[in-house]
Amino acid sequence: MSESLLRVNDLRTYFHDAGAIARAVDGVSFDVARGETVAVVGESGSGKSVTALSILRLIRNPGRIEAGSSILFEGREMLGLSEKEMRDIRGNRIAMIFQEPMSALNPVLTVGEQIAEVVRVHTDASRHEAWERAVEMLALTGMSDPRERATAYPHEMSGGMRQRVMIAMALVLRPALLIADEPTTALDVTIQAQILELLQKLQEQLGMAVLLITHDLGVVAEVADRVVVMYGGEVVERATVTELFDSPQHPYTEGLMNAMPRLDQKTARLTTIPGIVPPSTSWPGGCRFRDRCAYAWERCEMEHPPLYAVGENHESRCHLAIEPDRRQSPHEPLAARAGAHQ
Amino acid sequence: MAAESIGTSTHWTRHVVRHAGFAGGVLALIVVVALLAPLISPYDPIAQPDIIGLKNAAPSFVHPFGTDSFSRDVLSRCIYGARVSLSVAGLATVIAVTLGTLYGAIAGYAGGVIDAVMMRFVDAALAIPRVLLLIAILALWNGLPLWLLVVVLGVTGWFGLSRMVRAQVLSLRELDFVAAARAVGASSPRILIRHILPNVVPTIIVAATLGIGHVIILEAGLSYLGLGVQPPSASWGSIIQDGADQVGSAWWISLFPGLLIVTTAIACNALGDALHAAFDPRHTTGAMAELDS
Amino acid sequence: MNNMKSDAPLLEVSRLSKSFSSHRGLSRKKAADIRAVNDVSFSIARGETLGVVGESGCGKTTMGRSILRLLEPTAGKVEFGGVDVLGLRGAALRSMRRRMQIVFQDPFSSLNPRMTVGAAVREGILIHQLAHGRDADQRVKVLFEEVGLDPAYVSRYPHEFSGGQRQRIGVARALSVEPEMIVCDEPVSALDVSVQAQVINLLQDLQRDRGLTYLFIAHDLSVVQHIADRVAVMYLGRIVEIASSKDLYSDPIMPYTQALLSAVPRPEPGRQTARIVLQGEPPSPANPPPGCVFYPRCHHPRKDEACTQIIPPLEEKTPGHFAACIKEPPRTVELLMLAAQAAR
Repeated sequence: MSESLLRVNDLRTYFHDAGAIARAVDGVSFDVARGETVAVVGESGSGKSVTALSILRLIRNPGRIEAGSSILFEGREMLGLSEKEMRDIRGNRIAMIFQEPMSALNPVLTVGEQIAEVVRVHTDASRHEAWERAVEMLALTGMSDPRERATAYPHEMSGGMRQRVMIAMALVLRPALLIADEPTTALDVTIQAQILELLQKLQEQLGMAVLLITHDLGVVAEVADRVVVMYGGEVVERATVTELFDSPQHPYTEGLMNAMPRLDQKTARLTTIPGIVPPSTSWPGGCRFRDRCAYAWERCEMEHPPLYAVGENHESRCHLAIEPDRRQSPHEPLAARAGAHQ
Repeated sequence: MAAESIGTSTHWTRHVVRHAGFAGGVLALIVVVALLAPLISPYDPIAQPDIIGLKNAAPSFVHPFGTDSFSRDVLSRCIYGARVSLSVAGLATVIAVTLGTLYGAIAGYAGGVIDAVMMRFVDAALAIPRVLLLIAILALWNGLPLWLLVVVLGVTGWFGLSRMVRAQVLSLRELDFVAAARAVGASSPRILIRHILPNVVPTIIVAATLGIGHVIILEAGLSYLGLGVQPPSASWGSIIQDGADQVGSAWWISLFPGLLIVTTAIACNALGDALHAAFDPRHTTGAMAELDS
Repeated sequence: MNNMKSDAPLLEVSRLSKSFSSHRGLSRKKAADIRAVNDVSFSIARGETLGVVGESGCGKTTMGRSILRLLEPTAGKVEFGGVDVLGLRGAALRSMRRRMQIVFQDPFSSLNPRMTVGAAVREGILIHQLAHGRDADQRVKVLFEEVGLDPAYVSRYPHEFSGGQRQRIGVARALSVEPEMIVCDEPVSALDVSVQAQVINLLQDLQRDRGLTYLFIAHDLSVVQHIADRVAVMYLGRIVEIASSKDLYSDPIMPYTQALLSAVPRPEPGRQTARIVLQGEPPSPANPPPGCVFYPRCHHPRKDEACTQIIPPLEEKTPGHFAACIKEPPRTVELLMLAAQAAR
C-alpha cells in the first residue's frame, strides 16, 4: 500500500467519570491513503464519532486519549503536538463537517465572513483576498449567485444550503483530509443526493481524502473505497467496499445488512439483531458482540477475538475465521433468549 | 445511551448536592431555631428587666448580642424575630407561587387572546416597582395586621413567576407527550395537572427558594421604614429599625439581625441556584451521550 | 390481499386542508398563510397500511395530526368508520380518540419525563374506563409483554430506557385504548438500523394479531416499501401520486416520485446509478408556484407553459394508480438519457 495520509494506531479514548471508565474507543486502528474515501460505519455507541473527534484532538474532559495511542498524519505524530500546532492543522490540513450545520455556524456572521475568517486565520491573505476566496469556494459548491449568497446569514438558508456552506468552509484551504461526520443524515434524500454528488466532485477536483462517519450503508456503498465497521469501541471488520458488501464476514456486519429494508428486494420480515449495545463502561469479556450473535460459542466467551485476516485487505474480528464450520449451525442469540424484553 | 447519561450525571449531581447541602443546612438550622424559640431563647424577648441599668448593654457573656434601649435581650429578640421573618416570607411566597403558577399555567395553556390579555396585565404590573407599590399600599393602612402584610407581600410577588411558568407551559404543550395524552382522550384540566404542571415544578421550587430570600429582605426593608411588622412583635427588620438611630453607640442592635438577614438570603439564593443546576437537563445528560448519539 | 378487507373504507379523507397563519408584531397584521396541507383526499381500507412519503416540510406530519384532530383542519372532511370526525365535540370527540391512535417519531419528547411509563400506558385505560385498579395494572403488564418489554419495568421513568424501548412504550400506550387505526408518524426514523428492524417487525406483528389499520408516515422510502400496501407521495402539501406499493416503486409516474426513488442510495457498491439529481430545493409553502407545484424542479422532457397554468388533478393513470401530472409519463429511455446527461 502506498504511503498513508492518516494512520490511526491502537487509539484508545476513555471517559473517566466518577470512578467509572467509559471505553468509548478501545484500540482502534486503520489508515487512510491520499485521495481515498474511507467510511467508518457503526450505530449509536459504537465509538465512531469519538474516533473522528479524537483525530482532531477535540476530546473534552472527562474524555482522554490514552497513552500508547498513535495518530500519524502526513508522517507526523499528532498526539505529541502542542495545542497551537494542532490549531494550525485543524481547518487547514484536516477539516471537519458535522451532521447539523446550523449549530456549527455562527448565527451573527454572514456565511461569507465565516469562510473568509478561516482563510485569514491560517494564511496572511488580506481581507479582500479572503473574501474573494470565500466567494470562489461558494461557487465551487454549486451555489448560484455566490457573491450574493456570501452576504446571507445562516438562518436565511435551508439545511441543504447550510451544509454547502459548511463544505465550502471546510475545503477553502484545500485540506488533505476531510472528516465528514454524518454529513447527510439531517438532510432529505434528494438533497442528500446533491450533497454526496458535490462531495465526490470536490474530492476529485481537490484530491483530498475523505473519512466518512456514517450509519447508512447505502451511503457507504455509493461513496466509499474502503470500509471500517465499528462495534463496541472496536473495529470489527475492515475491507474494501465491494468485498464488504459481497461477503461480509463479521456477524454484526451481516446482521446490519439484513436488518436494512431494501428497495430492490422485498422481504416479508426483516432480520433483526436482538438486544442492545452494552454500555461502554462495561464491555463484556471475550467477544463484545457475543450475546447478540447467532453463532457465538464457548470460545467467544473465553477469548477476545483479534482482527483475523480473512482475505486480501479484508479482516474480521470474529473467531469464525478460524472455525468456519460454525457458520453452518446458527442458533438463537443469548439476547433473544434472555426474554423478548430488549 | 441511558446508561451513559446516568454515568456522567453523577459528577454534576455530587457537585450540586454539596452546595445545596451546605445552604440547605444553614437554612434548616435557622428554621429549627425559630421553631424552638421558646425553648432555646435565653430571655423573654419583650421583657424589659432594667430599663436604666441594662440599657444598650454591649455584647457580653450574659447577653451575647447585647441589649437594646429598652434593656431587651437582642439575641432573644432575633430568635423570636426569626419566627416572624421566616413565616412572613414563607407564607407570602406560598401565596405568590400559587397565584403565579395558576395564572401563568392558564395563560400559557389557553394561548391566543386570553394569553395576550393576561400577559399584558402582568407586563403592566411589572412596570411598577414592587417596593413603591408596597409602600403605597402599606402607607394607606395604619398599623397593618401581620396576616394582611403577608397577603400584600404575596399578592404583589407573583408577576415574574407567572411569566416563567407561562413560557414553560407554552413550550411543554407543544411536546409530543402532551399530544399523546390528548390522543388518548385526556381533558385539558387533566393534561395541565398530570402532564404539564409536574414538569414545571422544578422552576417553581427554584423560584420559591429564591423568592423567600427576596421577601425576607423586602419585609426587613418595610419594617425598617416602619411599614412592616408592628411593635411589640419583632422581625429582623424591625429590630434593625430599633437600633437604627444608635448605630454609632449601640451598633450591636442592628448588626446581628442584619447578619442574619444576609446569611438567610444568601443561603436561599445558593440553594435556589443549586436546585436550578440540579434540575437543568443540560447538567444531567452527559457529554458522552451527546458525542455518539 | 384486497379480498380480505371489507369494501367500505375505514378512513376516508376528502379535500383536507390545513393552513397556518402567522400573526407578527404589535399590529397583529396577518402574514402569509402557509398551506401545509392542501386539498388532500384518500382512503384507507380496514386492515390496510397506507404509507405516506415525502421530504421535510411536505405536510405529511401535519396531515396525520389533522386527521386525529390534534390540529384543527382548515377545510375538508374526515370520516372514520362512517362518522364525521371533524363534526365531533367534547365527549364524543374524546371517545372517538379511542379508535384512532398515534405513535410519534421522537422517543424522547413523546414520553412525559415525570410520569412512570406504566402510568403513561395506564392513562388511556383509566380515561376510557376500560378497566380499574388492579385490572388496569394487569392490562398494562400484558401490553408490556405484547410489545416485548419486561412487565417489571412499569414503575420506571422514561430516561431509564433506550430509544428503541421508548418507541415500544409509545406503541403500548397507543394500543392501551384498543384502537382500530394507528397513525405512525416516523416511528423508526430516530432509531439505529438494528433497532429499527425490531420495531418494524413489532408493528407488523401487531397488525396481524389485532387487525390494525396503519397510516404510516415516513421519509425513508425503503421502510415504507417494506411495510405499506399502498403508498401516497406528498410534495408541498399535496398528494402527487398514490398507488399500490408494488406499482409505485416499480413504475412511478410523477417525475417527482421518479427523482425521489432514484435518489435513495443503494447498498450495492459499484452499481452505476442512473440517477436524476433534482436541482434546487422545494419552494416555500407560504409562496407555492402557480400550477403544478413541482414544475420549477421538474425534469420532464415535455414540461411546458400548460403545467404552470392548471393545478394538475390526481388522475387514475392505470387501474388503482393515481398521479397529478398532466403529461404522459416520461419513458424509461428518456429518463436514462436525462441521468446520463446529468452525469456528464
